[in-house]
Amino acid sequence: MKLEMKDSPGQLVAALTPISEYGGNIIAVIHQREPESSSDTLGVQIVLEIVQERLDALVGAIKLQGVSILRLGEERLLYRQSVIMIGHLIHTDIGDTIGRIDATGFAEVAELNVHMPAIAEPSTALITIKATTRSEMRRALDLLRMIATEKGLLIVEPLGGTEA
Amino acid sequence: MRVAVLGLGAVGKGLLRMLAAKPELGFVLTAAADSSSARIDPEGLDPAGILDTKCATGRCGVSGLTAADVIASGAFDVLVELTPTNALTGEPALTHIRSALNQGKHVVTSNKGPIAADYAGLAALAEDAGVALRYEATVGGAIPVIHAIRDGLAGNRFSSITGVLNGTCNYILTRMDDEGLTYEQALAEARELGYAEADPTYDVRGIDAAIKLVILANTCWNLGVTLDDVAITGIDGLTVDALRLAADQDCTIRLIGEVAPAENLLRVAPRVLPRNHPLVIEGTLNAVMLSTDMAGEVTLMGKGAGSVETASAIIGDLIAIRDRYAECE
Repeated sequence: MKLEMKDSPGQLVAALTPISEYGGNIIAVIHQREPESSSDTLGVQIVLEIVQERLDALVGAIKLQGVSILRLGEERLLYRQSVIMIGHLIHTDIGDTIGRIDATGFAEVAELNVHMPAIAEPSTALITIKATTRSEMRRALDLLRMIATEKGLLIVEPLGGTEA
Repeated sequence: MRVAVLGLGAVGKGLLRMLAAKPELGFVLTAAADSSSARIDPEGLDPAGILDTKCATGRCGVSGLTAADVIASGAFDVLVELTPTNALTGEPALTHIRSALNQGKHVVTSNKGPIAADYAGLAALAEDAGVALRYEATVGGAIPVIHAIRDGLAGNRFSSITGVLNGTCNYILTRMDDEGLTYEQALAEARELGYAEADPTYDVRGIDAAIKLVILANTCWNLGVTLDDVAITGIDGLTVDALRLAADQDCTIRLIGEVAPAENLLRVAPRVLPRNHPLVIEGTLNAVMLSTDMAGEVTLMGKGAGSVETASAIIGDLIAIRDRYAECE
């Protein structure tokens, strides 16, 4: 997500401290010098990753530090989960498998690593799915399981669930 | 306390060996039966002598006498039922156990079949008769998991149980992971070492692990589930590439049984686990992780099979029965 704020002295540090406290991952800090703005307030953009559930708490904590947030732009797909798929992945139309996950609108296939040992032997793939929330990840995995049953594929899921 | 033993396979022999080696335990063997003979002596039999006879002749006693005669004799306080497991019907053990409980005798068994097939019925019979039914040896071999659930962690609320419940599968997956063997190669090796049976279906398709999961689910939550309620995926479809892809992420694959009633989860399937996960254990070992409200997560690990190892679980049950019912005798 993108967080925009005014840049007055001490504000940047005040805004950054809670981000790490709440387990956020800072990707970039961008200063934007706008010509019309007065010398003591500069726009600052912070781009960071954080799980949805902690977002409100983080915004509250930043405000508590006396930082005023001008704008908050959210992106999605913050949960990732990798599962292993075994079977005739290509011949059962891998494009369709990926397409059906992507078509949900709340989850998408972010990575696919396929090993094909020999013709007519089952292939093995590591498929990484991204989703917005934990429950949507669960729905995406339910869908993947359904596709696997339909196409006769074996799915090996991680124990203990989703990483944020 | 007088003990009658039905079944003299590996587990029965292991138990008699330990009864002979540890007279200080104070158990008196008054009857023993195998599939073709039996011996009964209310005054007490010599376990070492029974073992010698069994080894020399293939029979432990007098032909014409059967397990049913042992039960009918009533010359025991505890029936130890160790006949071969029938996963579908639980017989003949189910009948043996029912008759003993109906006579007001305690029962200890290593037999998964009857406990998985009719736990509720047998537990009710035992309760009505005011006797104990104990089956520590049915799950996880020497690991005292049932004791942990019933006694050690008593008062806790359990949210889930996950575990490696089949040593054959764990051995095969360990070898595929360590040496890059194919499933077929690892299975052949397990057979050669005697870790897998000639027909490995029951193990590698996850059925054995599922039966143990059913026993744990019914012990812990009284769910009243059976084998049919478990979603089962075995390890026979796994490829070396799957293990490699897991290894790339510093993970590996193990066959995991998982029950979590709140999430309506009852399944056995190969799963990807981080290498440092407590359930990632080597070779034929078994492990069970119990998630509780007070104690947090408790993981038990140990030998999941073996004659003396299983005898350890049986003797633990016998002593628990003696401790609890001593005043009644």
